[in-house]
Amino acid sequence: MDIRKLALGTALAVFTGVSTASVVPAQAQDQIYVPLLTYRTGSFAGSGIPIADGMSDYLRMLNERDGGIGGVKLLIEECETGYDTKKGVECYESTKGKGAVIYNPYSTGITLQLIPKASADKIPVLSMAYGLSAAAVGNTFPWIFNPPVTYWDGASVFIRHVADKEGGLDKLRGKKIGLIHLDAPFGKEPIAILDNLSKQYGFELKLYPIAAADMQNQGSVWLNIRRDRPDWIYNQGWGAMNPTAVKEAAKNNFPMEKLVGVWWAGGDDDARAGGDQAKGYKALNFHASGANFPVIQDIQKHVVDKGLSKAPKDKVGENLYNRGVYNSMLIAEAIRNAQKITGKKVVNGEDVRRGLEALDITDARLKEMGMTGFAAPVKLSCEDHSGHNKVFVGQWDGQKWVQGSDWIEPMKDRVRPLLEQAAKDYSTANSWPARTEACQKGS
Amino acid sequence: MDILYKILIDPFVQMGAAPDLLVQTVWEGLVSGVLYALIALGFVLIFKASGVFNFAQGIMVVFAGLTLVGLHEMGLPAPIALLVTLGVMFFIAVAVERVVLRPLVNQPDIILFMATFGITYLLIGFGELIFGGNPKRMITEELYLPSGAIEWKAFGGFVQFQKIDVAAAVIAALMIAVLAFFFQKTRIGRALRAVADSHKAALSVGISLNQIWVIVWFTAGIVALVTGIMWGARSDVSFALQVIALKALPVLILGGFTSVPGAIVGGLIIGIGEKIGEFYWGPLVGGGIESWLAYFIALGFLLFRPQGLFGEKIIERI
Repeated sequence: MDIRKLALGTALAVFTGVSTASVVPAQAQDQIYVPLLTYRTGSFAGSGIPIADGMSDYLRMLNERDGGIGGVKLLIEECETGYDTKKGVECYESTKGKGAVIYNPYSTGITLQLIPKASADKIPVLSMAYGLSAAAVGNTFPWIFNPPVTYWDGASVFIRHVADKEGGLDKLRGKKIGLIHLDAPFGKEPIAILDNLSKQYGFELKLYPIAAADMQNQGSVWLNIRRDRPDWIYNQGWGAMNPTAVKEAAKNNFPMEKLVGVWWAGGDDDARAGGDQAKGYKALNFHASGANFPVIQDIQKHVVDKGLSKAPKDKVGENLYNRGVYNSMLIAEAIRNAQKITGKKVVNGEDVRRGLEALDITDARLKEMGMTGFAAPVKLSCEDHSGHNKVFVGQWDGQKWVQGSDWIEPMKDRVRPLLEQAAKDYSTANSWPARTEACQKGS
Repeated sequence: MDILYKILIDPFVQMGAAPDLLVQTVWEGLVSGVLYALIALGFVLIFKASGVFNFAQGIMVVFAGLTLVGLHEMGLPAPIALLVTLGVMFFIAVAVERVVLRPLVNQPDIILFMATFGITYLLIGFGELIFGGNPKRMITEELYLPSGAIEWKAFGGFVQFQKIDVAAAVIAALMIAVLAFFFQKTRIGRALRAVADSHKAALSVGISLNQIWVIVWFTAGIVALVTGIMWGARSDVSFALQVIALKALPVLILGGFTSVPGAIVGGLIIGIGEKIGEFYWGPLVGGGIESWLAYFIALGFLLFRPQGLFGEKIIERI
């Protein structure tokens, strides 16, 4: 054999071995393993990076400040999905055997794939304000959680906001409301509820799908919008689609205060891209942005200042960074609950599922966590895995996001029956097994 | 009957009823088409010189744009950053020739094609490592490119021309003219055409293949940089841009892989065709047809001209 080839092969084998060894975390028995499915690369990295930073930094802060949760350190490992469903499932399969206690897929596509796996592997999936809206029906989906609000709730809040600005729900009759959306499962989620509400309130719904390949090439869509002249537009966009939409809206003189994004379309970079003309752009939100909260200051002190964060200092406290912090707060609270319920220190997926169902984050608890004014209380139950919590409309003031409305209640009376029906349809279509998990007492 | 009316009559009624929107749609298509043509030009240049379909052209657009913006963020003034970026693109051209093309000379085309996949993923990884995955704002003003819009009141409505789009069209036209002059009238250009015709014949008259490859990859790099600046100015510079480069594929199918005029005309047909199609016929099927309409148009043309609009008809005697 050629000596050169042999040497090269040996070096490669050694390198591969070393690098594989280095990425496998040394999991100790006294740690709780929390894999984070994130995306710092690819077309959606612009939205994925700040969220990944916020998620990691909050959990790391708990390790640094408190020594973990209940005295048990968290073992945090990111797995890069690139917002690709196939890679996301690979991440899940490659990490579940390490004792994962919870999954955050950060993609509706990945969430849909994990729904059947979660119950089989007994690991809960926390799809925080994304994923399958019908997963809010806990009796059907005991392993899937989507607090604090579903896409359907969000769309109903948007309609409430429009009604508020137009002078009442009865004034919606004859209005034209557009939905620009990523032509993907995530983007299509609010169509069903908006369609239903359009029949109820008499407005015309116009759909403007944008293919992933055309996220930065939206000229035709906005020409259609110019022709149709919708009174309001709801933007169910993600990644590079959002800054382009804001730019196109500005270019086409669409009134910014009538363009409202879902919470995922509310990144600082999304709005900043539109320059001065983006002032007034709106996006739904369920937490505050900014760094003036004790929790963010603790992150700065224990993580950022120690050089343990991947986030640039000026990005800490931005909207999507805080989204990641909020997400990890839910994870941590579920683990804390699980410890309380079971009396165990090192909990597993089944315990954390029970912890999620018993989630009750009150104002007092928010205060303890340094989150007063950061978010609204959240309560889940055995039946309700979303909570259908209040949302507010954030508004870009040209420099930063500010709260642009009061907290608005979703149309739960309209949304919930539709979700129940959607859950039933899912069960029928997928021969879904009946729930066997007992409900946590008091949940 | 109603559906036939919607397909065959109504779009034209709409065109007549709102000519301002028709002009606006054609203009949007023209600008997109010019940019598609630029991307396609990068593919054509390399294919002509080396017979390689350069899959990396899309990421070269992103990489060039990111390098420019990234260098500016690091403190370099925009004109200097532009020059350094050109240097980086030249370095990539030399590296590709030395490390990829030269060792693979005389290998089947498919090997070279696969090698460009390698270059693509290398540049993605390298780009993300250096500049991060965050989208970046193109330094339009710093490069003295215009911003704002000109509004033309006409046809009972208005047509809006973004100044950056006008600049993109003018710069692309100039660039194409310069490239045409370079390849038709200069010694290097003639050498490149000789290489395109036959590697062996070119070698036999003393043309250095290696030198030509470097020149061609560098030229494709310049084209990528201009495209990156123009697309970046319209949205952002992000890795999502590389997907737009795939829009050049129907342009190439239509225009032919070896024709510079084909890339230009093909780009314009695809650009205008997809915008008109999406705007007037898209709503009939719920919209979102733009992404595949370009291929539909290109395949339609192929039925009549399998070699593309300007591609050479190859007749092999057996």
